[in-house]
Amino acid sequence: MAVLDMRDVSLTYHPAEGPVPAVRHVNLSVDAGEVVGVAGESGCGKSTLISTVLRLYPKSATVDGEVLVDGENVFDMKWNRMRAVRWGEAAVVFQGALHSLNPIQRIGKQLVEPILVHEKGATEASAMKKVRELLDQVGLPTRHVNAYPHQLSGGQKQRIMIALALTCDPKVLLCDEPTTALDVMVQAQILDLLKGIARERAMGMLIISHDLSVLSSNCDRIAIMYAGQVVEQGPALDLFQNPAHPYTRALMGAFPTIGDGESRYAPTGLPGDPPFPGDLPSGCSFHPRCPMATDECRTVDVVLEPIAPGRDAACIHVNQGVGAP
Amino acid sequence: MAQPEPAGASAGALDPTGNGRVQRPSRIAGIGRFTGRRLLTGLGTLAFVLVFNFFLFQMLPGDPLARYKGAREISAEDLAALRQELESPLWEQFFNYIKDPLQLDSYSTIQGKPVWDVIATALPWTLILLGTSTLLATVIGIWIGIRAGWNRGSKFDKNSTGITLFLYATPEFWLGLLLILFFSTGFWIFPGIFPSGSAIGSGLDPWTVDGVISIAWHTVLPAASLAAVYLADYSLIMRASMVDELGQDYLMTARAKGLMDRAIRRGHAVPNASLPTITLIFLNIGFIIGGAITVETVFSYPGLGLLTWNAIQADDLPLLQALFLFFSVSVIVFNMIADIVIAAIDPRIRL
Repeated sequence: MAVLDMRDVSLTYHPAEGPVPAVRHVNLSVDAGEVVGVAGESGCGKSTLISTVLRLYPKSATVDGEVLVDGENVFDMKWNRMRAVRWGEAAVVFQGALHSLNPIQRIGKQLVEPILVHEKGATEASAMKKVRELLDQVGLPTRHVNAYPHQLSGGQKQRIMIALALTCDPKVLLCDEPTTALDVMVQAQILDLLKGIARERAMGMLIISHDLSVLSSNCDRIAIMYAGQVVEQGPALDLFQNPAHPYTRALMGAFPTIGDGESRYAPTGLPGDPPFPGDLPSGCSFHPRCPMATDECRTVDVVLEPIAPGRDAACIHVNQGVGAP
Repeated sequence: MAQPEPAGASAGALDPTGNGRVQRPSRIAGIGRFTGRRLLTGLGTLAFVLVFNFFLFQMLPGDPLARYKGAREISAEDLAALRQELESPLWEQFFNYIKDPLQLDSYSTIQGKPVWDVIATALPWTLILLGTSTLLATVIGIWIGIRAGWNRGSKFDKNSTGITLFLYATPEFWLGLLLILFFSTGFWIFPGIFPSGSAIGSGLDPWTVDGVISIAWHTVLPAASLAAVYLADYSLIMRASMVDELGQDYLMTARAKGLMDRAIRRGHAVPNASLPTITLIFLNIGFIIGGAITVETVFSYPGLGLLTWNAIQADDLPLLQALFLFFSVSVIVFNMIADIVIAAIDPRIRL
């Protein structure tokens, strides 16, 4: 059963300049024990998508569709219920390298806090015991409960963020760029840790990253986002071996293949910038940068359609067989 | 437990440079070391002030003995001795000065009493005024700042920011004059209920109930004018710091944890946002001790400010020298306290 099910989710910001549809009609589900990755360039709506799950978006933003956490639509929840779902049902692994921890509070106190809020009958002592166990699980010495964030390295802080997300045994773990700004060795350790924890606890995990190599080896399924929409999704391995959507292929081309010396010297980038969500091109949002764009792409609205068992893509050329694998 | 790494993999493995090593926590010891270092720099500043104070008064124009003579009986021989001392070489005078930097035996020319006795008589009044106004200004100012910053753009924010900006730009002595006009002399529909001038009704003993009531009554207007201006200062800084914190990532973490709005504000945003305001409060206390001159003068409130004003008017150089020293020391001391308090709150300062 899906622990996280997003149905036709849209989110629009409303700054003074006019509405900005940051996420448009996204359908995505995560089963218990499954790891799903969402990839895309900066500004494609990945983080906004995560913010809908716990309703962490600004009050002024409007949402549409349904986000079911363990079968319950968060958009319908009263604030009390919402607060209980926050961290209790779904928790976020924020970027540890940022100031995601309170700089003037000891680590222990920050980790104990959600347990005291969410678990009935939890005492300071019982919560601290659990926190120590969690630190041990994420591979940190328990004495770090007494440390302040500035005393820890980026990798250590990321482990703290993971321990923090696990404090209330959530069913869904949302990882927002969990390895960005970490060096490659530490990245691998953090990803192994996350994957191990998701499997062992049978949690559903959603990982957001702009780094395809991070997602490829760690996810069961992957969704590619462009301009607020999912443009392609499918099983990780299949999608990487046979990318269908021109955008996915461009993303793949931008990463050198390990073992293939040629590709290191000739990464094929994608010219241009992603469109500003407040000013989207007509038809397919990707057509101004697409090497396969035709006149039809400028006028026809594309939707995600099945292209193979378990695979969907939003491109008229793929559907017509032009770009099919 | 499926350990993602070999058991025992810890900080060392993760962090080969070792700079992430965590010191055993000892908040007290850390602050103790910090305080020691801070005390040393404070003493250095004090030494500079002492030297500066000497040369400052050397540079003043006029004949210091002219005033000295007028204030009290002094024999011709003593006067000649003093004159000789004044004409001795500068280094000799400096040597004499630095032997006794507090100038314990120097006399005020206007009051004919030892300068430190004069200061000790005026100090309690300044402390009463300062204590009352600081308490009012910090409590109200910080409260307004937190509320306005947390609800940025709200009606409360707009109104309070407008009012505090106005108060911030108001000279406190002008506000004092208005308060006297409205609430002391009485004007139009305003009753003149509060006294101004002096700090206690004449002939009353401050250690009686009537005395205390009279003191409180006399403190209202001067304390209100000081508090109004400084609370504006604190609320504007506090508001700006709160607004700065609003966008911080750790507040998003706190929200995601499912905390109540109040817990996020009190537990996370306010402690971080209060650091600049706390510094400012202590710095201001140091300055107000010597800086309530205008308010004390307007209200004829017999504190250190009025004393300074009178000393300047009468060229009471010995008293002025002692006052300058006292004011400098109070600024240095409260500066130091500010640093130590901040270090106690913010672990990053104690490095």
